[in-house]
Amino acid sequence: MAMVRNEGAGPSRRGLLAGLTGAASALPIVAGAAHAAEPRPATHDRPTLDLSLNVNGRPRRLALDPRTTLLDALRDQLGLTGAKKGCDQGQCGACTVLIDGTRVLSCLTLAATVQGRPVITIEGLAQGEALHPMQTAFIEHDAFQCGYCTPGQILSAVACVNEGHASTDAEVREFMSGNICRCGAYPRIVSAIGGAASKMRRS
Amino acid sequence: MRPFRYEHVVDRDQALRAGAGANASYLAGGTTLVDLMKLDVLRPERVVDINALSADHGQIRAGADGLYLGALARMAQAAGHPAVRRDYPVIAQSLELAASPQIRNMASLGGNVLQKTRCPYYRDVSWNACNKRVPGSGCAAIGGVNRRLAVLGTSASCIANYPGDFAVALAALGATVDIEGPGGRRVVAIEDLHRLPGEAPHLETSLAPGDLITGFAVPAGPWTRNSLYLKVRDRQSYEFALASAAVAVDLDGKTVRQARIGLGGVATRPWRAHAAEAALQGKPLDEATARAAAEAAFDGAVSHGGNAFKVELGRRTLVRALLQASALEA
Repeated sequence: MAMVRNEGAGPSRRGLLAGLTGAASALPIVAGAAHAAEPRPATHDRPTLDLSLNVNGRPRRLALDPRTTLLDALRDQLGLTGAKKGCDQGQCGACTVLIDGTRVLSCLTLAATVQGRPVITIEGLAQGEALHPMQTAFIEHDAFQCGYCTPGQILSAVACVNEGHASTDAEVREFMSGNICRCGAYPRIVSAIGGAASKMRRS
Repeated sequence: MRPFRYEHVVDRDQALRAGAGANASYLAGGTTLVDLMKLDVLRPERVVDINALSADHGQIRAGADGLYLGALARMAQAAGHPAVRRDYPVIAQSLELAASPQIRNMASLGGNVLQKTRCPYYRDVSWNACNKRVPGSGCAAIGGVNRRLAVLGTSASCIANYPGDFAVALAALGATVDIEGPGGRRVVAIEDLHRLPGEAPHLETSLAPGDLITGFAVPAGPWTRNSLYLKVRDRQSYEFALASAAVAVDLDGKTVRQARIGLGGVATRPWRAHAAEAALQGKPLDEATARAAAEAAFDGAVSHGGNAFKVELGRRTLVRALLQASALEA
């Protein structure tokens, strides 16, 4: 099992939890019982891929199983846990990151396919200690409750404004439909995006 | 997800060589393939990343003879292209009303056309009976939860609906598909790309192993500007169609010179409603003729309880789309 490398020093609650999750994954999976009779090929001797990723402006070299999604590479290999694993099926938007400035779902992106292309996660959005206007707007408008979907919402919102799809509240709602908020903070998210959009256009 | 060999190819010849290997799948945006590999529905042993071919096969060109859409153009590129929006609104709308902005940034047009059904019994491998996933295993949907499934083009083996929108617009406009493969180049009509399920629903298209879709050609016509895509669904956005209609009309005053009609959400493949088009030819386009065309479109529809409402919903969707299209012309 790979050790989680946290950006900060010392042991962390998340590192401990990641270890427990890894141990649990060795148990049989009931949902796959229909195919349980088919032996799965051994994975340990499969080739790993040596990849060069560019994450938040930093070059990162990783040796990964080809199956690794960008989301898992960010969270488990690079310790960048801002991008969240919600549905892991491309339906909720919690894993949204920017690649080449474009918003995409990291859960449906194989890490191998983003070699050399700049990836921005929520950890890379602020300029030093200065928050991005969209981050500030989410705070000022109280645009979240539990916060789980928020990193994806903010990155999606930044792209939404940059695409020119934030001119009206109705347009914001349509072009933010890929980001689900189960707390239902939508009215404040829409107002935060409207507030940030005018600041982003001025800057 | 099962292990696979990842191959990154940089040109078409490399792609075709790699794609011809046993149990290989091409990977573009990954929004279908990676999703279904995680669910253990698709199990390729080799995944051939063709994104580097975007420079050659990701272009969009509009000219006097029609529109050419490279298969590796992304949904968002095509939806936002000025010529597509102005001259082929049904295509722009079919793309913009589909999926989410993130998915539209990722998904290629070729992959979009080849997207798999959302039938819940196909997507969930804990169900043993799915003729599409495991040939000969039966169909759990026919007697099961089938509210979203097809009423046109079904068989006793499969009622899985084709979920996409873009291919429905392509069908209405009579597009052709450029294919490169081990056997060379060929062009097929979009209507001949997807197969009816019949007794072999696991055979979904006319593509052979290693075939690669390189682009779509949409012929110009006086109807393309007077076109629209109407999508009816459970949610206002980010949702598949319960019923949809792609409509393009060429009118002489109120009289139909030619109508082009595609139906989505209700059929087992992208559906061209030829009978409805014929019913409108030479007639004034009004509520009565639109209703008659809709009756013709769903003549022979077969439902299975949960999806019975889709027959009338599909008819009404087509009537509304036709009436909206007639208003465009005026």
